[in-house]
Amino acid sequence: MDISFKNVSYTYQPNTPFEFTAIQDLSIDINSRSFVAIIGHTGSGKSTLIQHLNGLLHPTKGEITVGRFTLSANQKLKEMKELRRNVGVVFQYPEHQLFEETVAKDIAFGPKNFGVEQEEIGRRVDQAIKFVQLPEALLERSPFDLSGGQMRRASIAGVLAMNPQILVLDEPTAGLDPRGQEDMMEMFYKLHQEKQLTTILVTHSMEDALKYADKVIILNNGTKYMEGVPAELFLDKQALKKVQLDVPEVIEFLFEFERKFGVSLPYQKQSVSELATEIADRLKRS
Amino acid sequence: MSGPLIEFQNVSFRYGEDQPWVLKNVNFTIGEGESIAIIGHNGSGKSTIAKLINGLLSPQAGKIFVDGMRVNEKNIWAVRKSVGMVFQNPDNQFVGTTVRDDIAFGLENRGIPREEMIRRIEECLTVVNMSDYVQHEPHRLSGGQKQRVAIAGVLAILPKVIILDEATSMLDPKGRSEIVDTVSALKNNRHMSFITITHDLNEIIHADRVIVMNDGELWLEATPRQLFTKKDELVQIGLNIPFVARLAEELTRVGVELEKHPLNHEELLEELWTYHSKM
Repeated sequence: MDISFKNVSYTYQPNTPFEFTAIQDLSIDINSRSFVAIIGHTGSGKSTLIQHLNGLLHPTKGEITVGRFTLSANQKLKEMKELRRNVGVVFQYPEHQLFEETVAKDIAFGPKNFGVEQEEIGRRVDQAIKFVQLPEALLERSPFDLSGGQMRRASIAGVLAMNPQILVLDEPTAGLDPRGQEDMMEMFYKLHQEKQLTTILVTHSMEDALKYADKVIILNNGTKYMEGVPAELFLDKQALKKVQLDVPEVIEFLFEFERKFGVSLPYQKQSVSELATEIADRLKRS
Repeated sequence: MSGPLIEFQNVSFRYGEDQPWVLKNVNFTIGEGESIAIIGHNGSGKSTIAKLINGLLSPQAGKIFVDGMRVNEKNIWAVRKSVGMVFQNPDNQFVGTTVRDDIAFGLENRGIPREEMIRRIEECLTVVNMSDYVQHEPHRLSGGQKQRVAIAGVLAILPKVIILDEATSMLDPKGRSEIVDTVSALKNNRHMSFITITHDLNEIIHADRVIVMNDGELWLEATPRQLFTKKDELVQIGLNIPFVARLAEELTRVGVELEKHPLNHEELLEELWTYHSKM
């Protein structure tokens, strides 16, 4: 599903003393099946942006299209439910939203709400827990007896069980240990590829954006600040610094290497071990 | 010579009788003025340690001492005078309607005279660089600002140790660096101990010593430099090592000899320079 924002603005509590415009005249395009990272500081408008994708917020100005659905300032979308069936949103700390008696019931809640048949729900629950790598034995347990990491996975399974075509992830690895973070991102990337999803990742990790995204959109004060392919965009240290973002550590290191040795090693998505080999070669040659 | 500031003697803890042990026979000491990082996978027992230190939880077995006092019901209020805690969620630790009231809350509870209160509030807010926000509502601050106010709040009670329990994990990169800078300035200027509980491997670099927890057991105590030579073992218990340490390890693997284990870009580049000029 293609997504497009045309001159979208959103104002919280308009015509009150608390009026606040969180996004302003924002235009972006996200191609179907692409993996897009959205980066920006707290207050840059990221959360406001993603809440438009499934119609939780309605633009104050401008127009948004998500596949065949259109959200605009003066028109109400009649097929809101249909839109929400297609756009799965994993909010920050999604485990806070678990509520059912058992893990199985919690995962089934979404599809059940959308009128999916019982048999099909069973299939989807099974598939979803396989994807998030939860053992089947946990299905009949209370979600509140699970560990933090398992709770996170169970709540994500609930979103996947709706079979969305667009998956929106709002800092999905926050609070996990380093391996948990890596496993979780690998899982989302596998899902993205196997289910041919359009994935939108809100993150503070420049490393994850560099590793997984086809395109990065940087927001600042509710407007689009930069947009592009991560490996190119992240080379502009000055521009990133202006909005208090750092370049990914590996790129920073390559800059410093060049400064010290006068040898330029371009970033080409090398792994750490490939990079080590390259550095060793260069040092031996020069 | 006085004893250690904090001591765990054979401490075991579980949340209920039918629950698994969260801590299993844990022993360690932390000295006055020492800066310690505690790391470990989710559920390894890190945060339980913090809650045991100031008596929010009490162990089923073993003894805990803080500043020479056994942590128990009788001493709990005295212990809490020595221990300041900053928690993970910046929104869950405010009671006052202004920054000033919030810091005053802890002082009022301890019956500090008004003149002294005013002086301490001013001083602590200056230390965390928040003195322009005295009259602000805590809830309207950014995450990093909130955590700095929380730090000022605990500083005001003049604790001997501050425990930061994943205090940066909900912050954006800017908020994180605000906290890291604030804490390192405090380390240099005040004779206090710090315990940083974190998943962020770049935050442990500045610690004097790192305690690694795994499945409720103390798995290792080491300096950051020693720790980062144990990549494979750390990965096995759900952790990792920072980029510089990983690159240094891979460089050694392809025959680039490095003399010590670098902790930051500068040290690694310096090592590479030495290696290069010897060739």
